This record gives sequence, structure tokens and C-alpha cells, in this order.
Amino acid sequence: MKFDNIIIGGGLSGLTCGIKLAEQGKKCAIVSSGQSAIHFFSGSFDLLSKVNEEEVTNPLESMKALPDTHPYKRVGLDKIERLTNDALHLLVRSGLNLTGQADRNHFTLTPMGVMKPTWLTLSDFTSFDNKDSFPWKKAVILNFSGFLDFHTLFIKDGLKKFDVQAQIKNVSMKQFEAIRKNPSEMRSTNIAKEFDKENAIDEFAQKANVLSDGFDVVILPAVFGLFNKTIADKLKEKIEKPVLLLPAIPPSVPGIRTQITLRERFQELGGTYLLGDNVEEGVFENGRLLEIRTNNHGDIKFEADQFILASGSFYSKGIVATHDKLYEPIFGLDIEGDSDREKWFDEKIFNDQAFMRYGVKTDQNFRAMMNGEPVENLYVAGSVLGGANPLKEGSGAGISLLTSLHAAEQILK
Amino acid sequence: MKKEIFEPYNVSDNNFEQCVKCTICTVYCPVLEVNPDYPGPKQSGPDGERMRLKDPEFYDEALKLCLNCKRCEVACPSGVKIGDIIQSARIKYSKSKPKLRDMILANTDIVGTMASTFAPIVNTAVALKPVRKVMDSVLKIDHHRMFPKYTGLRFETWYRRYAEKKQQEFDKHVSYFHGCYVNYNFPQQGKDLIKVMNAAGYGVHLLEKEKCCGVALISNGLIKQATKQAKHNVEAFKKSIVDKKMPVISTSSTCIFTIRDEYPHLLGVKNEEIRNDSELATRFLFRLIDEGKLNLVFKKNYKKRIAYHTPCHMEKLGWSIYSTSLLKMIPGVELVQLESQCCGIAGTYGFKKENYQTSQEVGKPLFNQIENSKVDFVATDCETCKWQIEMSTSSKVHHPISILAEAIDVEATMKLWQK
Ligand SMILES: Cc1cc2nc3c(=O)[nH]c(=O)nc-3n(C[C@H](O)[C@H](O)[C@H](O)COP(=O)(O)OP(=O)(O)OC[C@H]3O[C@@H](n4cnc5c(N)ncnc54)[C@H](O)[C@@H]3O)c2cc1C
Ligand code: SF4
Ligand code: SF4
Repeated sequence: MKFDNIIIGGGLSGLTCGIKLAEQGKKCAIVSSGQSAIHFFSGSFDLLSKVNEEEVTNPLESMKALPDTHPYKRVGLDKIERLTNDALHLLVRSGLNLTGQADRNHFTLTPMGVMKPTWLTLSDFTSFDNKDSFPWKKAVILNFSGFLDFHTLFIKDGLKKFDVQAQIKNVSMKQFEAIRKNPSEMRSTNIAKEFDKENAIDEFAQKANVLSDGFDVVILPAVFGLFNKTIADKLKEKIEKPVLLLPAIPPSVPGIRTQITLRERFQELGGTYLLGDNVEEGVFENGRLLEIRTNNHGDIKFEADQFILASGSFYSKGIVATHDKLYEPIFGLDIEGDSDREKWFDEKIFNDQAFMRYGVKTDQNFRAMMNGEPVENLYVAGSVLGGANPLKEGSGAGISLLTSLHAAEQILK
Repeated sequence: MKKEIFEPYNVSDNNFEQCVKCTICTVYCPVLEVNPDYPGPKQSGPDGERMRLKDPEFYDEALKLCLNCKRCEVACPSGVKIGDIIQSARIKYSKSKPKLRDMILANTDIVGTMASTFAPIVNTAVALKPVRKVMDSVLKIDHHRMFPKYTGLRFETWYRRYAEKKQQEFDKHVSYFHGCYVNYNFPQQGKDLIKVMNAAGYGVHLLEKEKCCGVALISNGLIKQATKQAKHNVEAFKKSIVDKKMPVISTSSTCIFTIRDEYPHLLGVKNEEIRNDSELATRFLFRLIDEGKLNLVFKKNYKKRIAYHTPCHMEKLGWSIYSTSLLKMIPGVELVQLESQCCGIAGTYGFKKENYQTSQEVGKPLFNQIENSKVDFVATDCETCKWQIEMSTSSKVHHPISILAEAIDVEATMKLWQK
């Protein structure tokens, strides 16, 4: 089967690459062994939130302080600003509704009741300009009876810092009786599926309106709109007070909707999305990757002019660490990282963990290195790249989006 | 650096230890969405397995509500074989005995033999309202279900009488696993397959004696019989694949999925020698075209708007791309790819009275998609999806091979290789 481009990995990086290339008329396929990290998304795309332990106000400016090995530096700071715009436009064209800008972080309230700096936030959530104040004085935190994945006490405690009086109230509805019977199934995605059917929203809004009498704002878990893309907006219309949605324990409802939205965009552009299939190996000749072999397709080869590796980090098995080795499991590509295992971990788990920065080694054009030589037509994008600790510095989505666009541009040159 | 092979360490036969408890599988389970009595893939699969290994008493009969659609496996980021874990647990722990009704539904070939022998009587009888009422109340086969019609002339008989001799005229040969549906209910599909394969230059042969693949036996808990049939089929496949060097193709995605994957995973019947050469006709044809060994010529006047539905087992196999690629090659075809969703029938599952409602609710989003797609008909690779969609929507359903048979210019295609 012949494509112009084949992308390995269907998470944020793979989809961004795929959409960009398909928009330019390329015939693309994405092969993904399972669902991706977007399912755990908080609802905000981070660009850069922390450098040298300091909170970042202007990510574009603060990037200058990053080490030269960081993916942003390697893409080139001269290109970054343009790429952040391109990324935003690509997401908006795909149907996502986002607010935020690259030269000034805004804040979102975390489920711990803390203001966290970020770049782009889905319209489900509320963005704040200021981390030191909260626009409302009296908040009601509504939860569903029996729903354990929304930690209302943390939120209430966190809000005390802003001198907000918060009260927790529970809502029961017969629509949720059935899922409540099975405590392990009282999860955000199952509540969302009930709301998706549109026959619970009116009653819920009515109850919320009664319970929020005397309060300035209604705080709710983000369980609205899994497959149904309009229900979160409907909710906000029907509730009279301002609504503040906060992430519940993942999997994240807005995250899954984001994944579906991007995947649909890719398919509408003619892209082929193969889920549940594992890329097992590649056939190389003269420094080029000719074809890949997958579990489902066996002897039927998947050929392309260029390939992109967007297989994610440790979590998605794009990189694998065992007790004595660290490797890229599909092709055995070169790894950027210490061979000395002693240096991988810091025993204090909240310290900067060296292994988080490990990933596939590339040349300056983001082509994968194999046995010390670049593979001419195999590009690398997203969290499978080394050189950053996305969780520590708050750069996960930014690195995925910008390195993917950069890789796509190398291919389109 | 040398390529390392990632080999997860599992203590169990299946791989429930790989589960990282992310609950992504539960998002995509079609049953959980409509039937809260079902504990869901995570609970029934890896979580439950941990408990059951400690004490089999933890086995929950609600596991029979699983459709075995494997959509949870397709979504799982950690490669946990959730569906296999659930089905194996049913085999190992279930104490409920299959009912008479389950035996009738499961024995597709015996029932088929009897029914097609008396086809005119059976067809009229099962279509009659009073008979369906009795089936509903006594046998608990839901009265909404129309049994697929049984044919008077079985495919095998037709083949021996009218097609067998001609197959010797070809240089290249394949065997055809037709399955119960083609044999007893819809021989036309087998005839279409022969037409297409002959046009492609292949003679089509039957296996020495094929038995039902056993999918319905497995899902109805008749494991001994299923294992016996599986062993028989593997031997029959070997005679074709190993002895005669003739690959085996089929038109039923469920039969092929069962033979390739469920035989070793659920029944412990080894099939390494035959697995690679047992596949769907669409994949076989696609490979020939992809490798430049075959060109198909299509009729100029064939014009259709077609929606493709991905059956669950095709989703798991990842093979719908072969069917859709072939359909897209037909110049007059405008293909609408339906969002991949379960139709709800899951073989004999939806025939049971207690499952009827779940079955229809699972399928509803797909039926809505189809009604809104404004197509001439739906294409799909699975016969039970066909029944379900034809019963639940206003659309007719055709197999991709039958569509090719209709659209191919046989003579022109044959001329290309006859020279
Ligand atoms: C739990 C979690 C939560 C996060 N939350 C946020 C957040 O809120 N905001 C933020 O900005 N960033 C967040 N991040 C950071 C995140 O890493 C990036 O934002 C981004 O999602 C990474 O995307 P990716 O496409 O590079 O990798 P992934 O999303 O990991 O996708 C990789 C894909 O490749 C597939 N794959 C791997 N190997 C193979 C193979 N051999 N064959 C086929 N397919 C294969 C995997 O199945 C997977 O689908 C989070 C990360 C994690 C792990
Ligand atoms: S998706 Fe896989 S890893 Fe996640 S809970 Fe389900 S079985 Fe476990
Ligand atoms: S096989 Fe299908 S029905 Fe069974 S648990 Fe998995 S997704 Fe649900």
C-alpha cells in the first residue's frame, strides 16, 4: 500500500503532522497501536510554564533561556512564533474552540484549586488573566452523588486563598441511577454519555439553577460533551450563573472530544487512520526507510516517500526502559540519554528526572539517527523526541504541535 | 544499536498485568453505554481476572453480556487482550448451561442442513407470526427477528453441479471457505466470489470438508464441540495450504477472524501453519493489485453511492481498508465511510430475547448514520451485520465482493492476463 507519508502514532503529534500534510494534498496514513495521551488532557495546551524553577509569563521570551538541546531551540526560535500561530490556526480549522496567545500565558484553575499558567485553553474551560484573584466571591461546587473522581474539598480549600466562600452540594438524577449501581462505572465518560443523549441537560440545568441561588458562580466537573460537540455550550446557556468547569480525574471528556475532532478532521481531508495496529519493524536500504510492517497487515507492505515517528514517550511505549536498557522499540534508533543507568532516576520523585528528557536522537532537520547516521526520510516529532521534561516545564502540547509542524514543513519543502 | 525486542513479562496466560488502569477501554465499549448491568471491559477483563485467579467465585455471569466485539482492545493503549480475557473467563468459569435455544442458534450448520432441505416449509414457517410468537415465548428468540431465508439449493451442491469442472481450466488456484451463511442462506455470494476470482485468473475450490468455524458455538458456551470443529478445520486448511499450496480465502470476516485468532487464543487450537494463508478474499485481491499482478477492468455504466460499514471484527483485524480500497477503484463509486460503530447484533447475541433491546440500542447510532447518508446501499463484510442493518434501516446491504462481481467487466479483465 503506497502513501506519500506514513505517520507512526496517532496522538497529538501524529494528528498534527497528518492534518498539516493532508491539507497540503498529501496522501497520508496514520498507524496507531492504541489511544493516546490526549485522553488525559487537562483541557489546556501548554507551551512553556516554567524555566529554571521560575513561572513563565511570556513563553516566547523565556524560551531563550532553554538549553540548546531543547526541541524549541532546535526548531529555531526565529521560527517558533510563526509556528505557534500556525498551530493555533490548524486546531481552529479542525473545529476546536480555543483561547490564548503564545507571548503571554493565561491561567486556568486546576482541580487542586491552584492557578496554573498555560498557552491555549479549550472553550469549555475558563481562562483567567490574573493568578492572584478570582472574579467571584461566592461559589457553589456541584457534584453528582456517587461521583468520586471530582475532589470538591480540594477545590474548596484552594479557593480559600482567594477569599472565596465555597459550598459543596450534590445533585442526584434518575438518569445516573443505573451507572451509580456499579461504583467502578460512575466515571466522567459515562456521565458524559448520559448528557450526550440530550435528555438530562434540561433537568440538570434546572437543578443547578435552584442550587446556585445566592451564589456568583457554579463550579462543575468537566463531564459535558464526549461525542456530542454542542452539549457543553448548551449547558452554559441554560445555567443562569457563570459556569466554571474543572477537570475531573482522567480519562478527560474534553480530551477525548479533542482527539475525536482532530481524527475526524484528518479523515475528512482524505487521511487513512488505522487504530489498534502496531508498527513492528521497517525495511531500510541505503539510509532510507522503504516500508514498514505492521501486526495487522503482515506481508502487505506500507510504503511511503517520507515517514514520521510520533510514537510518544514512555507512557505510549515510543521509548522503552527496562532494568538495564533504554531503547526505541520499532526500529532500534539511536537514543539521546545517559547509558549509565545510575543517572536515570533521582530518588526524590518530584525532582527533575533525567530519564524524562531521554528520547530518539535526530539530526538538525529532525531526521532520526540510526547507528550514527541520519535516516534520509524518517522524521521524528512530539514526545518521542528527547531534550525536554514536558511535565516539569509545562511544554507537552507545545513540543508536540511545534515539532510536528516543523517536521511537516521539512517534508513539504 | 541493535533492535531490542519488547517482551513484556506476564505471569498469566493472557496479559492482564499490562493493564495500567487508564479506563480508556470503558469509553469505547458499546454495551456499557446502553446496559448498566454490564460491568464493562476493565472490570470484566483485567480487574476481574485478578480476582478470579484468587477465587473463581468472583466470576460474574453478567460477562455473557459482552458482545466480543473487541473494540476495547482496539482502543487500549497497553495492548491488553481484554476481549480474550473475558471470553476465556466465560469458558473457564461459567456454570450456566447452554439452553436448547442457544444450541439451536449455535449449530448453524446442522440447523442449516435441516432447514435448507425443507427450505420452502421452514422459510414460510419461521416467517409466520404464530411461529415467531412461539419461538419468542418458548425458545426466547426475539419475535422481531426475521430468520434469514434458507436456500433450497445449497452452495456446495450448486458448486458440485455447475461450477466445479470449470475451475480446472485455470492455472492458479485458491480454496474457498464459504461458511454457513453462504451455504445455507445466500449462495449468491459464493457465486459472486467465483465470478470475481475466475475473472482474476484463479480457479476456486472447496475444502475437503469444511465445518462451521464455530463462532456461535464459542459464544454460546459449547466449547467442546467448537474445539472439535476447529481441529477439523485446521486439518482441512492444512491439506489445501500445506499440501496443495493453495491459500484459503473467505468472504466472511467473522469466520476468518475466528479461525485466525480465536482458535489459538480461546480454544488453544494451534494454527501457525495455516494462519498467514487464511484470509479474506478482499485482502487477497488487494495484494495482487498492489503488487502489480492483477488489473481489474470495470464496466463504464456502473454508478453507485455506497456507504461502508466496518464490522467489529474487521475493526479488530484492521482489514476494512482492503474492502474500501477495492470499492474506491471502481470509477463510478462514490464511497461514504461510516464512522466505525457496532451494529449490535454480534452473531447470535441479538437473536436472544433478553438481548434484543441492548442489541438495538447499541446499533442505533449506526442506523442513524445510515439513514442520513443518502446512499444507494450499504457495503459490509459481515453477514450478521447485513441482517441487522437490513432489519433496522431502510437500506439494503451488499458484500464488497458482490459489488465487484456486479461492477467488473469480466471479459475485459480476463483478456489482460490471457494473452
Ligand atoms: C497522562 C498525561 C497527561 C498529559 N496532560 C497534558 C496536558 O494537560 N497539557 C499538555 O500540554 N500536555 C500534557 N501531556 C503531555 C503530552 O505528552 C503531550 O501533550 C502530547 O499529548 C504527546 O503527544 P504525542 O503524540 O507525542 O504522544 P502520545 O500521545 O503518547 O501518542 C503516541 C501514540 O503512538 C502510538 N504508538 C506507540 N508505539 C507505536 C507502534 N509501535 N505502532 C503504532 N503506534 C504506536 C501510541 O499508541 C500512541 O497513540 C500529558 C502527558 C501525559 C502522559
Ligand atoms: S484500556 Fe487497557 S490499560 Fe486501560 S484500563 Fe482498559 S485494559 Fe487497562
Ligand atoms: S469486547 Fe466489546 S462488548 Fe465486550 S467488553 Fe470489549 S468493547 Fe465491551
